[in-house]
Amino acid sequence: MSASYIPILMLFGVSIVNAVGMAVASHVLNPRRATSEKDMPYESGMIPLGDTRARFSVKFYMVAISFIIFDLEAIFLIPWAVEMRYLGWEGFIAMSIFVMVLVVGFVYEWQKGGLDWE
Amino acid sequence: MELDFTSSADYLWAFLPEIVLSVSAMVVLLVGVFTEDRDPPAAGDPSPLGWVALVGILLAGLANGWLHGVETTGASSMVAMDGFRLFSNWLFLAGAGLTILLSFPYLSRQRLQIGEFYSLLMLATVGMMVMGGTRNLLLLFLAIETMSIAAYVLTAMNRRDRKSAEAGLKYFLLGAFSSAFLLYGIALVWGGTGSANLPEIAAAIQAGAAFSPLLIAGMALLAIGFAFKVAAVPFHMWTPDVYEGAPTPTTAFMAAAVKAASFVAFVRVFMEAFPALYESWYPVIWWLAALTMVIPNLIALSQSNVKRMLAYSSVAHGGYLLVALAAANETAMAGLLFYLLVYTVMNIGALAVVMIVSGHSEERMQVEDYGGFGWSQPLLATIFTIFLLSLAGFPGTGGFMAKIYLLQGAVESSLWTLAITLAVVTVISYYYYLRVAWYMWMRPAPVEGAHTRVWAPLPMRMGLVGSAAVIIYLGIFPSGLMEGARVAVGGFGRAVGGVLLGLGP
Repeated sequence: MSASYIPILMLFGVSIVNAVGMAVASHVLNPRRATSEKDMPYESGMIPLGDTRARFSVKFYMVAISFIIFDLEAIFLIPWAVEMRYLGWEGFIAMSIFVMVLVVGFVYEWQKGGLDWE
Repeated sequence: MELDFTSSADYLWAFLPEIVLSVSAMVVLLVGVFTEDRDPPAAGDPSPLGWVALVGILLAGLANGWLHGVETTGASSMVAMDGFRLFSNWLFLAGAGLTILLSFPYLSRQRLQIGEFYSLLMLATVGMMVMGGTRNLLLLFLAIETMSIAAYVLTAMNRRDRKSAEAGLKYFLLGAFSSAFLLYGIALVWGGTGSANLPEIAAAIQAGAAFSPLLIAGMALLAIGFAFKVAAVPFHMWTPDVYEGAPTPTTAFMAAAVKAASFVAFVRVFMEAFPALYESWYPVIWWLAALTMVIPNLIALSQSNVKRMLAYSSVAHGGYLLVALAAANETAMAGLLFYLLVYTVMNIGALAVVMIVSGHSEERMQVEDYGGFGWSQPLLATIFTIFLLSLAGFPGTGGFMAKIYLLQGAVESSLWTLAITLAVVTVISYYYYLRVAWYMWMRPAPVEGAHTRVWAPLPMRMGLVGSAAVIIYLGIFPSGLMEGARVAVGGFGRAVGGVLLGLGP
């Protein structure tokens, strides 16, 4: 059983040696000529204007989380809809429970003001 | 009623307590958002939502009582319908109910979001109940996540407090980290045995069909994941900070119920899936138990913050419980259940008194602040003294009998070193528990009249008096509950085919 994995092990070994070897070789062989341009954050790019850690309003996160919830709902609903006749009443009831639970969360979010932009 | 698990409807019946509790949690959430947010109660007024949540817990308890009479036939691949599950369900429901009862004044005083708090607490309890009641590693993982995610939010619930936010983030990062260990362990065990089902894993190991390096690696990763969850010593670093920073009702809930659930799942996985590998995992558990008993007890000696001291004490209690897992016989397992129940009651009770003393914004936590508490609040101080004595393991309290049963279990498996260590560290722990009691009764208050007004309304007092009565009762008449625990473990032992009983080195 284990014998059939030996090619994979060899592939691992070759790729590790290859990757490490290239990194070490370029470090050892390349010439180093530091210029002021090379020391900048982006060589031949734009000079950074400010801090990269910009602050976003928390509203965007609310939208993102709501999106994920309804996205998941769609991911569950579409396969069920495709196979609805095969799954029968059992599937229908299970799906209804799932949607009901989601509706509870939705009512909560609505009441809490999670859907108001301002 | 008889369940035969051929139709899905029977699975719904088998999960009735969990379903009842989930529905109650959703009701609490909706009632909360429609009433509390419209007109929030004045700071300090107990919210009626607590009673709604308690009714939900009560209904789930009724459903759990109903499950006692249910017979099963046929293979129940995912759901365990044994005494172990029912007993641990009682444990979690008791922990959740007590936490709700004792958090009445705290939540409105700290202006936490009450509906969310209670519904998250109940959803975490649902996760715990599934953890105790599943025989499938994947369902177990889902249950652990249900519990943990709710617990992360409960920890960070006090949004105005930096410490609470820090504790929530730490808990989340380390909890996610340990979940990854657990999940990888599950994957490797599945790879090694071809099943994620505990009895099938055990059968595959018995039949010699398991691919052993994968299996051992998976088992080791599972042990690491569970050791994180129960805060065993090399993996306990998050515990003091998280327990100290979290709102006190959350601390009580986590230190008691979350820990109990992790232990229940730990025990079920290792006793039900890996009994044949006892020789391989017992040394690991032995060392975890020894370290977890000694180190936190020594650190707790130098803690001056009472909440932090109780956090280290909770880690140390995890060490005593690991002794039972290392012993792995029937007495030890029944003792573990007994200990978990006593520990849940006394620890939640003790933290409730900490809640009362700490005052408005959790500022009075030092041991000096307890000076004079005894003579200005004799009832509360007497109850707190009972809890401290029980935590220390003083004769006449439930904590003493629980330790005796653990010792008996360890001795039956001839784990002499662990048994002696347990006895010695118990004596050491007397110092830091009794120091609080000494300050309470023997020292003057740091400020004149510091404890003349405390915030302890009737439900809280009822819960405290009831808990203290339970602790004293179990200290004097432990045999009834111990017999119940033995019966519960007996049902559990049958599931693994009696291989385990009396199996020692």
